[in-house]
Parts: sequence; C-alpha cells; structure tokens
Amino acid sequence: MTRKRQRMIYVVAGMVALGFATGLVLFSLGDNLVFFYSPTDVLQKGAPANRTFRIGGLVEMGSVEHVAADQVRFVVTDTANTMKVSYQGVLPSLFREGQGVVAEGRVDAAGVFVAQQVLAKHDETYMPPEVVDALKKSGEWRGN
Amino acid sequence: MAGLHRFANPGTFVRISAKVLPWLAGLTAILIGVGLYQALLVAPPEAYQGNVARIMYLHVPSAWNAMMIYGAMAVASATWLIWKHPVADVAAQASAPIGAMFTLTALLTGSLWGKPTWGTFWVWDARITSVTIMLFIYFGYIALRAAIEDGERSAKAGAILALVGSVNLPIIHYSVVWWNTLHQPASVLRAGGPAIVASMLVPLLLLACGFTTYYLTLLIWRMQREIVGRRVRSLRVLQAQG
Repeated sequence: MTRKRQRMIYVVAGMVALGFATGLVLFSLGDNLVFFYSPTDVLQKGAPANRTFRIGGLVEMGSVEHVAADQVRFVVTDTANTMKVSYQGVLPSLFREGQGVVAEGRVDAAGVFVAQQVLAKHDETYMPPEVVDALKKSGEWRGN
Repeated sequence: MAGLHRFANPGTFVRISAKVLPWLAGLTAILIGVGLYQALLVAPPEAYQGNVARIMYLHVPSAWNAMMIYGAMAVASATWLIWKHPVADVAAQASAPIGAMFTLTALLTGSLWGKPTWGTFWVWDARITSVTIMLFIYFGYIALRAAIEDGERSAKAGAILALVGSVNLPIIHYSVVWWNTLHQPASVLRAGGPAIVASMLVPLLLLACGFTTYYLTLLIWRMQREIVGRRVRSLRVLQAQG
C-alpha cells in the first residue's frame, strides 16, 4: 500500500467517524434544538410550567382581535391544533392573518398563552405585489 | 489527473493564473454591476416586505458563497493531507479570510433584514447559530495558521481543523428542515423548484455568480502573493544558513 493510499484511508475513515458521531449527538439532542413548539407539540407533551417557551404556527384567519390600543388576542394554528395567544406590545409589521408567527411566553391558568414577545415568520415565497393582486382576483389567495 | 498535476507546481500556477486574473476581475465587475442594477432598479419590491426584501440580493449570495468557500477549503485541505500538493495548502489558507468575510456579510445583512421583518435583530435558532459557528471556525482556522510558524505543521493542523469543521455544512443547509427555526426554508434550492418569481431570481443568481468570481479573483491574487511570500521566506532561510 502506498503512503498516499494510506493517508486517503485515514482521511476518509476520520470523516466517516466524525460524521457518525455528529449524527448521534444531533439525534440525541433532537427536540432541544427546535426554536419553537407547534400547538400540537404543546398538546401532546404538555406546556412547561414556570418556564417561558416559544410556540409557532400560522395566525388563524379571522382570529385577530384588538382588545385595547396595544392589547391583541389571536389564535395560532398548525392546521391540526390551535392555541389562544394574548399579547400586549408592538406587533412586527409582517404580522397578519394567515402568516407565520412565533410567540414567546407562558401558559396562564386559563390555558391562554400570554406572550412577552411576538415575532413574524416569513415563508420562502417571494413575489411582487401585482402577483398578490392577481391571486386575490382569481380567488386563489389564502392570505388577507 | 496529469493535467491537474501541472497546477500542483507553484511556478506553473503563478504563470497560468496571471493570465486568467484580469479576465476574472472583468467578469466580476460585469456580473456584480448588472446584478446590482437588476436587484435595485429592475426587480419589483416584495409584496409584504416592500423594498426591505432587496437585502436578500446581498444576503443569499453571501451565504451561499460562504458555504461554498468552506467546502472548497475542506476539499483543498483533504487534497493537501493526502497528496501533499503545496498549491492545495496555499488555496485553503488563502480561502479562509474570504469565506469569513462572506459569512460575516451574510450574518450582518440577515440581522438588518430581521429587525423590520421578524421584529428582532437576532435569535438563536438552528440556522443562525450554525452559521455563527462556521464564522468562528473560520476565525479559529485563521488564528491557528498564524500561530504555527513551521509551514508543514501549520498546514497539517489547519487541514484537520477545516475537515472537522466541514460536518457543519450539511447542518447549516438542513437546519431549516430538521428543526423549527425562525429562518425561512430555502426559496431557491428546494424540491418543487424555486418559490421566488423570475424577476427576483435573475438578479439573485447574477449576484451569486458575481460573488463567486469575486472570490476566485481574490483567491488567485492572494495565492500568488502567498506563493511568492513563501519563496522569499525559504530563500531568506537559505541565505541565513549561508
């Protein structure tokens, strides 16, 4: 066996071992690496008590309710389950019904998620305003 | 392989690359010029974000190139470890600061975009965190290479670090698929084709190619300087030994 061949085997074996170890670490960390939980996750695993966490999903159509000047209530849905959210503060400009949202806070005694911070989540579609108008006209539009 | 071996000779590399360099620089100027014109004046504003979405024309090409350059650095490092081609080591070493620059640009432009759209400059989600780790691996690589004076040992330590850090590349790419993140999934490199209209995709791809030729231009220029610098250093050593 030439020395080049030997070195190649070392490099390949090293990378395979490293990849395998990384895979194991990521697999065991699993859910701890998510930025937010969906309403379904919260329903199945229960909301963590005495600790803030984040929930994410879409703002349900027709659910946004401005209670006071800076107090808003809305429903986050992952299309399977929903969660009521109450928030006092300034909403990001991209916040709208049918769009993605991530809220950080905790669940109160009534089962409402009281958010301290609300972030808008943009999806991967990028289109000009005219396309949105055209989609609205043809009835294909699912936002607001 | 015979053709590639020719480039392994540093003298041959300097001679051939000197001819390629002005063409690459010219191509870079054209691609970035036309790309910026398309991105800022021709492409429409985004339906929800408006003109803020134009930040992606810098952000996405920077992020793609930051990862591609890391990949190139890892391949060059493996090539040096296995075949001991001196030019491969020079290429890896010369790539690192350029890759770090693109990574920093991607993080800064992303942060500037995040404030008006998400409502925050920074979150520790899987995508942003894994890219930040890549930035610090770049910094670590640059520091490690500078800290070891002996050329052979410096090259070996750097190559191993670059290869170890390359496990981060698939993590960055798949972070938005494997875990819930605030960062959106890929718009262009996705199953089912790009989720972005052609008038926005064209400037994005022009700038991505322009950034790549910019990298190649800087890379060749830096490699030429490094090869000459190494030659001068070894001549000085010979001279000192009398």
